[in-house]
Amino acid sequence: MNSRYTSKTFILEVIGILLGLVFLIPFYFVIVNSVKSFPEILVDAAALPNEILFSNFTKVWQILDFSSAFFNSLIITFFSIIGLIVISSMAAWKMVRTPGKFSKILFIWFVSAMVIPFQTVMIPLIKFGGILGIMNSIPGIIIMYFGFGVPLSLFLYHGFVKTVPKEIEEAARIDGCSQFGVFWRIVFPLLKPITVTVIILNTLWIWNDYLLPVLVLQDASLRTIPLATSSFFAQYTKQWDMGLAALVLGITPVIIFFLFLQKHIIKGIASGSIK
Amino acid sequence: MNKTLETGKLKTDTKVKKEVKNNTKMRKVLSYAAFVGPALLFFIVIQIIPFLMGVYYSFTSWNGVSSAIEWVGLENYKKIFTNDQKFYDSFLFTVKFMFAAVIISNVIGFSLALLLNASLKTKNILRTVFFIPNVIGGLLLGFIWQFIFVKGFSSIGNMTNISFFQQPWLGDADTAFWGIVIVFAWQISGYMMVIYIAALQGVDNNLLEAAKIDGANAFTTITKIIIPLILPAFTICLFLTISMAFKIFDLNLSLTGGGPFNSTQSVAINIYQEAFTNNNYGLGTAKAILFFLVVAIVTTIQVMFTKKKEVEA
Repeated sequence: MNSRYTSKTFILEVIGILLGLVFLIPFYFVIVNSVKSFPEILVDAAALPNEILFSNFTKVWQILDFSSAFFNSLIITFFSIIGLIVISSMAAWKMVRTPGKFSKILFIWFVSAMVIPFQTVMIPLIKFGGILGIMNSIPGIIIMYFGFGVPLSLFLYHGFVKTVPKEIEEAARIDGCSQFGVFWRIVFPLLKPITVTVIILNTLWIWNDYLLPVLVLQDASLRTIPLATSSFFAQYTKQWDMGLAALVLGITPVIIFFLFLQKHIIKGIASGSIK
Repeated sequence: MNKTLETGKLKTDTKVKKEVKNNTKMRKVLSYAAFVGPALLFFIVIQIIPFLMGVYYSFTSWNGVSSAIEWVGLENYKKIFTNDQKFYDSFLFTVKFMFAAVIISNVIGFSLALLLNASLKTKNILRTVFFIPNVIGGLLLGFIWQFIFVKGFSSIGNMTNISFFQQPWLGDADTAFWGIVIVFAWQISGYMMVIYIAALQGVDNNLLEAAKIDGANAFTTITKIIIPLILPAFTICLFLTISMAFKIFDLNLSLTGGGPFNSTQSVAINIYQEAFTNNNYGLGTAKAILFFLVVAIVTTIQVMFTKKKEVEA
């Protein structure tokens, strides 16, 4: 783009900034009121706080058992994604490198499952999960995320593997490398850009997911951040001083994740959707 | 380097020949299973078996507790079609919501993309700002906006006297509907914007210059040149927004809980309550199967339709 910065661009710039501020207003409300006392919120929610109270946060941290909720969310998200990367990249590579009817049908099968709404599967899954003994456990829910996440991750890897030249792999095979060796030492590093996309899309999904955890994890000690927040709101309805502190705590980790990796995230989202 | 590669090749050539005799087919199948098997196994156990179980349960009166599961044929489906006003209402709500939400979030997303495609100085910051709501999960977003609608809007209303902010919002069926649309658009527009920006960057600038020289104004350039060129992005964005709006659950649950008086209850919430609140698992799965069919049909038609447009363009 070599267009000059004209007065028209300036007007657009002003419009953009105003729109940006409108987009941020909800954050203003949440943050400002999270450090107010309850009566002060009721008087005027738009005003800045008279006095900054951190007691809301310390109270909520305990009620939510935030450190354990955060840890649960982290463990579930981390191991689900590691597993998804391993199983879907391996499967996608093999399917692309073994062209034929079987691979093609399998691929269509995986991809068309993406339109199955979660609600269609959830009711029997609870029963079947009980039979398999994977209910109410963190490893259990991780296994479920493998099953639900595989179609999209495999689809993304499948599209990417097609663009990776075969010649290097063949040379390595001839050099006596095993199949696993070829894949992990030579192919997998080349898949890095799409692996980043897979990590980002799955993190945003699993970290924020509510319905699967609420069905699977009954013990209070296993709660993830969305579960802890929703059970907090069920108990302390309309107690906005603490409620908003809980929301600030709940959104902070994912916003930090986003701000650190935003370049990758925006690129990853764009390439993940266009492929 | 070259030399070692060649000797290596020679050595393995003989090895490979030997292996060909030792039923290579078997080895191929085994390695295929080793690579594809795990993904397939988890996929089948977690999605396909429960899906098939769901098809079966939809013909039963299963209540989730008793072990005796009685076959009732098409009874559940008959009930849904003839005698379930609440499901019908929630279906109607979901369809209306889908239309409003899809149109609004794509119009905003596309407009933001056009705006940021101009060479603004604050381009990168604005892109981040518009995208941020998307990283927060629907459940927390719903709680956040519950506060904004209940307390934030009324404070702004008191300050400015603008009637828009003085509405009852979540307390009234009509405004609660638009409340959910607003929050959905706030969450999703930035996501759509990112996809549209990526597509816009692929549009050849010379083409736009040529149009300018030919005297095309901004509006015709957008409708006659840019939109036809980036139709694939529209296919994706419509697909994503339609399926997200149709399956809305978290945000709906925490923002309105389906209220007031079930006026904003989505199909996903209706299914959830049928199964886990009313303990009608059989009826719930029948609804879930119908839900699947509708989602599958709608998204297939949409993709076919826009793909056809892409070809025509």
